[in-house]
Amino acid sequence: MTIALAADERRGGGRAASSARSIGLAVLRRVGYAVGVLWGAVTVTFAALHLKSGGIIDAIIGQAAVSPEVRAQIISDYALDRPWLVQYFDYLGHLLRGDLGHSYNQGMDVTTAIGDQLAPSFELMAAGVVLALVGAIVVALLTANRPRWIRGPFAFLEIVGVSVPAFWFAILLLTVFSFQLHWFPAIGSNSFRGLVLPAIALAVAPGGTLAQVLRDGLERALDEPFVTTARSRGIRETAVLVRHALRHALMPAITIAGWLAGAFLGGAIVIENVFSRQGLGTLTVGGLGRRDFPLVSGVVLVAAAFYVVINLLIDAVYPLLDPRLRPVAPTTAGPVNAAAAGITSTASPSVSATGADQKGEG
Amino acid sequence: MTSDSDPTTDSDPTTGDPTTGDPAIGDPTIGDPTAPDPATQPGDPRTLVDVANLRVRFRLGRRSVDAVRGVSFRIDAGQSIAVVGESGSGKSVTARSLVGLAGRGAEVRADRLVIAGTDTRTLPERRWRTLRGRHIGFVLQDALVSLDPARRVGAEIAETLRAHRVVPRAEVDARVVELLREVGVPEPEARAGQYPHQLSGGLRQRALIASAIAADPELLIADEPTTALDVTVQAQILEMLAARKRAGTALLLISHDLAVVSQVADHVFVMKDGIFVEHGPTRQVLDDPRHPYTRQLLAAVPVAHARGTRLSPQPGGPVAQPRAVVGDGVVLAARDLVKTFALDGRRILTAVDDVSLELRAGETLGIVGESGSGKTTTARLLLDLERADSGAVEVDGTAWGEIDARTGARLRQHIQVIYQDPLSSFDPRYPVRKIIAEPLAVARVSRAERRTRVLELLDQVGLARDVLDRRPRQLSGGQRQRVAIARALAPRPRVIVCDEPVSALDVSIQAQILDLLADLQARLGIAYVFISHHLGVIYHVSDRVLVMKDGRIVESGDVEQVFREPRHDYTRGLLAAVPTLDGAALRPPAEPRATTVPESEGAVA
Repeated sequence: MTIALAADERRGGGRAASSARSIGLAVLRRVGYAVGVLWGAVTVTFAALHLKSGGIIDAIIGQAAVSPEVRAQIISDYALDRPWLVQYFDYLGHLLRGDLGHSYNQGMDVTTAIGDQLAPSFELMAAGVVLALVGAIVVALLTANRPRWIRGPFAFLEIVGVSVPAFWFAILLLTVFSFQLHWFPAIGSNSFRGLVLPAIALAVAPGGTLAQVLRDGLERALDEPFVTTARSRGIRETAVLVRHALRHALMPAITIAGWLAGAFLGGAIVIENVFSRQGLGTLTVGGLGRRDFPLVSGVVLVAAAFYVVINLLIDAVYPLLDPRLRPVAPTTAGPVNAAAAGITSTASPSVSATGADQKGEG
Repeated sequence: MTSDSDPTTDSDPTTGDPTTGDPAIGDPTIGDPTAPDPATQPGDPRTLVDVANLRVRFRLGRRSVDAVRGVSFRIDAGQSIAVVGESGSGKSVTARSLVGLAGRGAEVRADRLVIAGTDTRTLPERRWRTLRGRHIGFVLQDALVSLDPARRVGAEIAETLRAHRVVPRAEVDARVVELLREVGVPEPEARAGQYPHQLSGGLRQRALIASAIAADPELLIADEPTTALDVTVQAQILEMLAARKRAGTALLLISHDLAVVSQVADHVFVMKDGIFVEHGPTRQVLDDPRHPYTRQLLAAVPVAHARGTRLSPQPGGPVAQPRAVVGDGVVLAARDLVKTFALDGRRILTAVDDVSLELRAGETLGIVGESGSGKTTTARLLLDLERADSGAVEVDGTAWGEIDARTGARLRQHIQVIYQDPLSSFDPRYPVRKIIAEPLAVARVSRAERRTRVLELLDQVGLARDVLDRRPRQLSGGQRQRVAIARALAPRPRVIVCDEPVSALDVSIQAQILDLLADLQARLGIAYVFISHHLGVIYHVSDRVLVMKDGRIVESGDVEQVFREPRHDYTRGLLAAVPTLDGAALRPPAEPRATTVPESEGAVA
């Protein structure tokens, strides 16, 4: 077995090819799951709209008084008189062509309406994510395993950051930095300076959570024997933290970050409103108020897609951080087998019984 | 805890001026009883480490624990010394104090703590870093966790080179390969690019040693360097350390295993409860131990001449261990077992290949082999935790697989199991009384009967009743294994499969557990299948033995005969690799002389 491993190393090309194949398979499987999740979201959205008593027509008309003719016109416009199964497949068909329907309040295609607002929202979220990640990493690195007087205040601020509602924090930022100090504009979304306060407001809560998880992970990693070994080589403590501990601490933090993707999206909706920024949030709140169901369901789908994509990316990051999670090429001795393989130099050339025994012992 | 090693007697307060930082002012240690070599004086350039009255205390919240309570020693250039002790003796903390890494919450005090000519008692962290790696290389147990699992082994070795600017930046990669070759890693170029989990245990340990010696330190500290390794790999690593020593590097070996250190060390310190109870040249300590604790440690090692006697301390010297009478009834039989696992789409691993065995009442059948030999899979097949691809297992004449679930449940009571690590086989939330009573509940024993049976079992395994309400974590390792034995005994089994039952235990606890198992067998006539990688233990407990390799039985027969006249090359190799206390022939000779097949105990990965 071990001989086989050694031989593989020499035939580097073959190994790389088969390794690439198994990575490809893993990616395909992941994407398959992602498509499944999206399809589920589409179906649930459709069901929520169409299977409700009174149906979509009442929702569209709302409180307005309309004549039976107009009502009939709307029904035929939206094809609401056809069997729901036909409507469902119709809907799916449109979606596949990128057609999310027509927003009767915006007076334009939902796809266009969302597309126009996507950029400012992503700008805000990207800034928020970067701020939260960088802030959390810096704070965690500075405070992990430090005396209580350093660690304590930061831990307290993190808890405050997590528990204070984002809109209230946003208002606080506005009051201090816009209205009193006039450092940053209070509204608008066209300049970089206008991005600063909203991004901070958005980043605080998830950043606090991330910092806590990261510090916890760092402290756990710093107790590992390999960190003691690294220190015994005489390297600087910064190198110990950044080169050895951080990577291991990032694993749980990344997992949390995937979950926080939802928080960023929800947070962006609130923050955009407080700062009167353009974006998906403002669009959605407007659409909800006017019962613009095609628009709202379009936003739901975009949010679901966003969530799925973020989690796909995170799944792709794991093996980059931890080599043990990389798929093993079929011809290479895997972790279990390599661990059990024993003496490489004296192993017999026969494919031997190794890993299976290890399973029981390990 | 003898007065002759009481640290206060040899501590010298005059040397304790931390402000001078000059080791040359040190006391010449005349009459220092712990000086390994009186010929050298402290301050002598040959003295690498000079420690007097080292004390380490850990503060854990409000409690404080004195891990090291005053030890003094000196290590000179090229010297090889060993600190031997059981878990919790303070040996590792002592070693770590020498690199300023005693651990979080540790308070290190000493009258003298001079490393490579530097008084380190008030040394700032920055100056410690110039000592670590450069003057002292440090190797921790089990490279799987001591090498960063997320980094390539080459990067780990390069880290030492870069930290101390050993070679110019451009030559680092070449030097890494050279170092790997030096420690005997085949194909060093390829290995440098691999991750620790892709290497075998022996190669990992070599890579770890390479990273410790990269800056060519004068002293190499190795903390349990071979504990996680198979016996043949252990022999290779020990030979490698011996080669370093011959090349002039001083060694400080930390181990629980006297036999291992006796292979390499010139001088042994025996540590217990934070102090050295005995020290001296290795041969002298092993041949003529003076402290009762050293004697107890040596007696607990299952060596060849101890077979048939009790291992744990007995008043008045060794006492014969009554052996069970082996009956005629076959209680467990396996025929032509084959078990394969699909590794991936294409390859199949044959974990157990054509294994047959028979076990009679009151008999112990040892199964010995290295990791990956198929021992544990065989055990799982015997227990019906895994179904064989072909072949059959019969317990008390009834084969698994031919019976319905209810008969199966009854049959399971006849064959029980004890694992290496009871902690992971107990529900951590269960108190001891519930752990032991669980199999009784399954067997539909009434509640009142269960209570009396649990008490009876506690007596049988020698546990006091106050453990009944404790949870697994509140028990010591030995107590836990006793609870595991009580649980196995509960349904009155005919057979107990013991899978490395003493591998995680200290040698004195191991002795107690082995004695207990033998007593129970003599009293209750239980048959054991005893699985171990440890040849000394196997020799001590077994009537017959199977030697497994690559899923096959390569040799079997009466244990005396197999150990005395091994026929298969593999068995011979295994026996030859076992480190012995007397450093003599490793295989028991033909005549029944006091030979040693000692201890190389350790957890298998």
